[in-house]
Amino acid sequence: MENEHCSGFCQVRVEGLTVERGGEKIIDSVSFDIHCGELTALIGINGAGKTTLLKAILGEYRHGGTVTHTDHDGGSVGKIVVGYVPQFLDFDRSSPVSAGDFLLAGRTRFPVCFTRHGKVRLELTKQAEELGISDLLDRPLGRLSGGELQRVMLASALYPAPQLLILDEPVSGVDESATDAFYNLICELKNKRHIAVAMVSHDLKQVRRYADRVVLLNRRMLCTGTPEEVFSSEEYKKEFGIVGADNGNSI
Amino acid sequence: METVYEMMRAVLPFAWARYDFMLNALLAMLLMSPVMGILGTMAVNNKMAFFSDALGHSALTGIALGVALGVDNKMLSMIAFGVFLALVIVRVKAAGSASADTVISVFSSLSTAVGLAVLAANGGFGKYSQYLIGDILSVTPGQILLLVGVLAAVVVIWALIYNKLLLISVNADLAASRGIRTRLVEDIFVVTVAAVVMISIRWIGILLINSMLILPAAAARNISRNSRSYTGLSVLIALVSGVSGLLLSFWWNTSAGASVVLVSAVVFFVTFIFRRR
Repeated sequence: MENEHCSGFCQVRVEGLTVERGGEKIIDSVSFDIHCGELTALIGINGAGKTTLLKAILGEYRHGGTVTHTDHDGGSVGKIVVGYVPQFLDFDRSSPVSAGDFLLAGRTRFPVCFTRHGKVRLELTKQAEELGISDLLDRPLGRLSGGELQRVMLASALYPAPQLLILDEPVSGVDESATDAFYNLICELKNKRHIAVAMVSHDLKQVRRYADRVVLLNRRMLCTGTPEEVFSSEEYKKEFGIVGADNGNSI
Repeated sequence: METVYEMMRAVLPFAWARYDFMLNALLAMLLMSPVMGILGTMAVNNKMAFFSDALGHSALTGIALGVALGVDNKMLSMIAFGVFLALVIVRVKAAGSASADTVISVFSSLSTAVGLAVLAANGGFGKYSQYLIGDILSVTPGQILLLVGVLAAVVVIWALIYNKLLLISVNADLAASRGIRTRLVEDIFVVTVAAVVMISIRWIGILLINSMLILPAAAARNISRNSRSYTGLSVLIALVSGVSGLLLSFWWNTSAGASVVLVSAVVFFVTFIFRRR
């Protein structure tokens, strides 16, 4: 994978972000940074507002506060390219759409039903090899396993080359070896391409192992820091009801 | 037009090809069925079979509207009402207050009832019953030209929105996160379907127009693994059913729309048996 350093973009600065629904604050004045080349994990109990926060950062929900993309000196760099891998992809599994169709449709304007797209397909095949999904391209999307589907979704989020990658529980319901493979891939991407990665995860074991920074949420921000700092904090133990030693296992 | 007839007769040395109206009908079918085959793929993918059925029924209100307003060309009032209804259904569906099939059913019933009530006033529904069954043998050279335009327009629209529609059909939220204006793309699609359905009704009939749209795609879907084979097979099945149905109707002396739908229904069941597992 080539080293594509983002032009000047260094971090996403979330300041005083608030999301209200029906007069109730679902996210209340949350501030944190997502740095380039780092995996920032958002953790919290169910209903803590993690997905809402991601969608607010994506610009899908109206929110108070600011989300700015800044360079090294804190100056705004304007719009950046964002890749998004959704939490659970609800779709018609009997649909005759191959993984290759799906990925090509996101890359070219020319209808994927009319040609095989020689040149674009060649580029796709190259990227597919890098992501280890070459053998999936000709298979119908609905026939892929959870892990395979997530890799295809990741490939989709990686075009056009993102500066910020947002993953919403990317490996839920996937076996452990596939989970490790997925995280290794994410780490490789953030290191080599210097992408900023924000991820919601319930799998605290993996967060501890792979995240560079952790944000503990429950509508408000409770704690942030390195995984060691957050997992040993009083807030974490209180939030997850852990008495005594913290085992850091999946909840 | 005579030149076209002569050329067709040169390659079709059959008894039925002696009649101009059969050649007109054949040309119309060759133009109309690929359009149905193409649009049907996405109508089926987006679970819109019931939606397009409601559109067909709403043609009655479209005709009634034309009669009430004194519009000579009923096709125009049908298209106008069809487009209006399609956009309304999409919006009510998006509001999500009732399930989609209930919403569609309400609009379908309402537009059928309004159309029937107006057209049957003074006991005059008889003269509109041709719209229920349709008559492809009545197609004129001018209308064939219109169908050439329709086919060209649909291919252009497809070239512009197909990939976006495909992403939306997989997951609308994901498509939106990629910057696709999902509402606009869906609107363009339903307006196109509404216009095509309304234009074709006079030849296929209100009762069967939806089957022409849905059956070829449903049959192709049984045996397709990707978008290319799906679209290709759907168009092929639509063409084969369209042409063979037309000829069968000539030999059996029956409705062309019915014969076309019978052939595509047979194709559907055959592909269902051999569907990919």
